[in-house]
Amino acid sequence: MTLYFERRDLVVPGDLLAEGDYTAGENTYKVDDKIYATHVGLMEVKNNTVYVIALHSFYVPKVGDLVIGKVVDISLGGWVVDINAPYLAMLKASDVFGKSFKPFKDDLSKVFDVGDLILAKVIAYDRTRNPLLTVKEPGLGKITRGRIVSITPAKVPRVIGKKGSMINLLKQGTKCQITVGMNGLVLVIGKRPENEVLCVRAIKKIERESHVSGLTDRIAEMLRKEAEK
Amino acid sequence: MFLEKRPEKLIDKKGLRTDGRKPDELRPIKFEVGVLGNADGSARVQQGKTIILAAVYGPREVHPRHLALPDRAVLRCRYHMAPFSVSRRKSPAPSRREMELSKVIREALEPAIFLERYPRTSIDLFIEVLQADGGTRCASISVASLALADAGIPMRDLVAACAAGKVDGKLVVDLNDVEDKYGEADVPIAMMVGLNAVTLLQMDGMLDPKEFRTALNMAVEGCRQIYEMQKEALKEKYALIREELEK
Repeated sequence: MTLYFERRDLVVPGDLLAEGDYTAGENTYKVDDKIYATHVGLMEVKNNTVYVIALHSFYVPKVGDLVIGKVVDISLGGWVVDINAPYLAMLKASDVFGKSFKPFKDDLSKVFDVGDLILAKVIAYDRTRNPLLTVKEPGLGKITRGRIVSITPAKVPRVIGKKGSMINLLKQGTKCQITVGMNGLVLVIGKRPENEVLCVRAIKKIERESHVSGLTDRIAEMLRKEAEK
Repeated sequence: MFLEKRPEKLIDKKGLRTDGRKPDELRPIKFEVGVLGNADGSARVQQGKTIILAAVYGPREVHPRHLALPDRAVLRCRYHMAPFSVSRRKSPAPSRREMELSKVIREALEPAIFLERYPRTSIDLFIEVLQADGGTRCASISVASLALADAGIPMRDLVAACAAGKVDGKLVVDLNDVEDKYGEADVPIAMMVGLNAVTLLQMDGMLDPKEFRTALNMAVEGCRQIYEMQKEALKEKYALIREELEK
């Protein structure tokens, strides 16, 4: 049982992290009893599981995830949506029209047109078929105002914070409404454009600096300084 | 235009090479990660006078569709030399040599990537040689593996590549353009140093079995040094931010 790195050390793919009776967590793999990193990130150990918090990643859909997507095509039975993942997602027409959907009568482009941004939830995905979306739940559907910030999906948990601490800080500090898509797209809606701009800057700061400790303090400090202006 | 001539001697009386290196000395190497804003991952290398840019996109939908594989991702690689990268203008159209190198580089990198995790997608790799002074296939592999890691693509290990060869009857490491052209042999290898696994081994020219073994060991040693530099470069991108904030 040997650990070759300290907790929160920066590791890169191929780094030997641990040897012995450990379990390989996310962003690692195990050969015999050796655990190696697969991503650039910070090493962590919890309950004998060695894992790496990636610093940059792409989005892999998960059932139940809230995502922000862009309609890229309209087919006979629904919309094709780019959700910033390796696979294009499908939103079925019957999800909006219900069972009474008639392909030749109902005009799909009147609901969502190509280029529209939508807030949706992933309801099915298993890697053999493309992810399936829904907009049935309250709050989902077309995005009509606000700004979109794009961050790497690895940093989404940092924007939300422990039990939503970071996002609440942002909401209070910038008076903006923030919706975080798990695919790394964040919707910011504020009453005034200045508030939105500040919020976007804060989110970008989180993305850039989250691997250095004391992030919450730095963001609070930044928001406080802006408020004084 | 600068036209080169074959130098009379590739190794001088003191045992130094045309650029003043010792036989077992690499050229000065500098890796930079995350140099292109619009790529998912990118890196740049300067190795002596050779300068190469690598950009990675994906995993993403495969176009054309029929190239997609049902059980794993495809790695697509384009090695290209800029028309201004060599002393006589190179036609920008992909040549036979470039197509072969694209394939060789792709096959040297494939074992390092967990392709089976993202079926029906493609990972697109673009390698642009901006200035060529020998050793571009090795430098391309080294820099491409950095770009892949920067893109957040899961990898077993980084791939480092280095060549060894024989010039004027002497075994040397990391050949430059003149040594490659007028030397007697060239052995480029690529390996996952952490796993001690070779992913590319080629040779052109003539070496006897003993020389080959020595050359191979020299190239492996070169790979080890490059591997350390790669790790350093990947960490630097994030360590710089850390330093700046902790000041």
